[in-house]
Amino acid sequence: MSILCDKSTKVLVQGMGRTGRFHAGLSIEYGTKIVGGVHPGKGGSEIEGVPIYNTVEQAVAATGADASVIFVPPGGAADAILEAAHGGLRLAVCITEGIPAADMARTKVQIADSGMLLIGPNCPGVVTPEQCRIGIMPAAITKPGPIGVVSRSGTLTYEAVDQLTRLGMGQSTCLGIGGDSVVGSTFVDVLAMFEADPQTEAVVMIGEIGGSAEEKAAQFVKDKMSKPVVAFIAGQNAPPGKRMGHAGAIISGGKGAAADKIEALQAAGVAVSHSPADIGSTMKTVRG
Amino acid sequence: MNVHEYQAKALFREYGVAVPDGELATNAEEARSAAQRLGGDVTVVKAQVHAGGRGKGGGIKLAHSPEEAGQHAETMIGMTLVTKQTGAEGKKVRKVYVEGGCDIERELYLAITLDRESERFAVIASTEGGMDIEEVAESTPEKIHNVLVDPVAGLSSWQGRALGFRLDFDGDQVKRFDQFLGGLFRLFVEKDASLIEINPLVVTSEGNLLALDGKLNFDDNALFRHPEIAALRDPEEENFLERTAAEMDFSYVSLDGNIGCMVNGAGLAMATLDMISQAGGSPANFLDVGGDADKTRIENAFKLILQDEDVQGILVNIFGGIVRCDLIAEGVVAATQSVGLSVPLVVRLQGTNAEEGRRILAESSLDIDSAETLQDAADRAVAVVGQGN
Repeated sequence: MSILCDKSTKVLVQGMGRTGRFHAGLSIEYGTKIVGGVHPGKGGSEIEGVPIYNTVEQAVAATGADASVIFVPPGGAADAILEAAHGGLRLAVCITEGIPAADMARTKVQIADSGMLLIGPNCPGVVTPEQCRIGIMPAAITKPGPIGVVSRSGTLTYEAVDQLTRLGMGQSTCLGIGGDSVVGSTFVDVLAMFEADPQTEAVVMIGEIGGSAEEKAAQFVKDKMSKPVVAFIAGQNAPPGKRMGHAGAIISGGKGAAADKIEALQAAGVAVSHSPADIGSTMKTVRG
Repeated sequence: MNVHEYQAKALFREYGVAVPDGELATNAEEARSAAQRLGGDVTVVKAQVHAGGRGKGGGIKLAHSPEEAGQHAETMIGMTLVTKQTGAEGKKVRKVYVEGGCDIERELYLAITLDRESERFAVIASTEGGMDIEEVAESTPEKIHNVLVDPVAGLSSWQGRALGFRLDFDGDQVKRFDQFLGGLFRLFVEKDASLIEINPLVVTSEGNLLALDGKLNFDDNALFRHPEIAALRDPEEENFLERTAAEMDFSYVSLDGNIGCMVNGAGLAMATLDMISQAGGSPANFLDVGGDADKTRIENAFKLILQDEDVQGILVNIFGGIVRCDLIAEGVVAATQSVGLSVPLVVRLQGTNAEEGRRILAESSLDIDSAETLQDAADRAVAVVGQGN
């Protein structure tokens, strides 16, 4: 079982530019059903063997797609998310980095009743090992198994997945929720999915400074979760007021510091790894 | 992106938000003649730097004559202003803003931001103006009024009125406040601001509302659609290394330590800083070279790190996902040779083709310390810097 996508998921690619094409190719190689691309003005053509449509609506009508991955540049990405929701997709994963925060705040309100789940933006995507790859993750480091992995970052997620795989612990789903201050799905949303997923036995959660998503996650773990959670929080030594790469990774007005997040998580019974090198081994210890 | 007070106030004016009359001056004579034109019994000379708390540091002075305004400008321009927001190194003052005085009856606080918690626009107001708002929030939270605004629907007039009455304005003033707030909100939305803060917002003895100070930050991600705002950037206000990094399109933050860091991915870069600190070392910077780091970018990253005179050793930490470690290794070898690396280098490659990458480093005949695990990399980086001392 996977929480978001599996072998049968039919995926559209919105934005078949250089990056979109490249990753569509890798996803197809991995066995993902990439059924079409959406690129206004190029409908009717084919790129890398993928049929291209002018609109999401046309693509869905022709292919029966139920998910989409968005590579559209920042100025048009929020609009692409709205189009995906209007097209009746079940899942959209937005990879685009650099979308204005206000655009995302508005977009979230506008898609709230659409029934579409949004992952991202500014995220590496979702991998269900040996089944489906949506986004830009290096799927080869994953392997099927009982651990759910959710993170606000990209390469740090790969680091954790790599550690788990090397220690013999496969993954149910690996995903990044994105490094922006407004993202479609939060830690709480994803933890709830992992809790409900029969394949997932434990969860790795990788947070970072900024906002309060980790504190909310801690509360959720305390109140609602039966499965063990291992966490790491990046930015333990980050200076206040500085944006650490991700738009959302900033300690502001005394809020969003790593120490507060770690404290909240530990108080909720989460095993917090203090070093990023020990995420895998902490999970191993937790699982006994 | 941050702008100066005088730039913020020009934008306020554009949106019908009342501010005192004022002029920018870059020397004493300009300040004197500005004060003369502004007239009145008193003018205020304000240092223009990107930092709050200027008054306590001597960056805001009252002048009772044009000559005195000129003297204040003389003192301020060229001085290094240290406030609690500038850090110990302070900020050099290059220009001052000369503003007409006014009779103040009340001081309030007003701000608009995008609230991460609710993902709504938040209007924050308080009757306790002119004070540190975080202290007010701490000691008297009941004096802080929050209005959350749906980002699609926008601000309604009734919300402005309701807030006005909570701030103890009378009927006429509430109408003025509603207009004032309306203009400010339009500015916030149309220019993609991330924060507008007016502290204090004053009520004059004639009952008018004036923004006496103005802080304005913009969403960097939205600057692509506001070239007129991007043009307000003052490079002099930015750290030299951070400015150079921005020109190279790197995500970079200057830090206090001596271990230069080059990492792919923001999360891993933060985690690398954490590891260095835990190993007893001190990082010189945060640097994300990005997911598609090629030879040119690696070379630029080395050049950037080496411009920091405090750097005594460099740690390169790359997790090869899509990007292959053997290509990264080739880039590191080539860049090391072309920039003439003068400090010890520790490289940790993991992920796709990592072994091949490590072999390339080992066979390069360059003095590169190759580490396999994160822990090993951090320990070695701390050790090589220790040896340098």
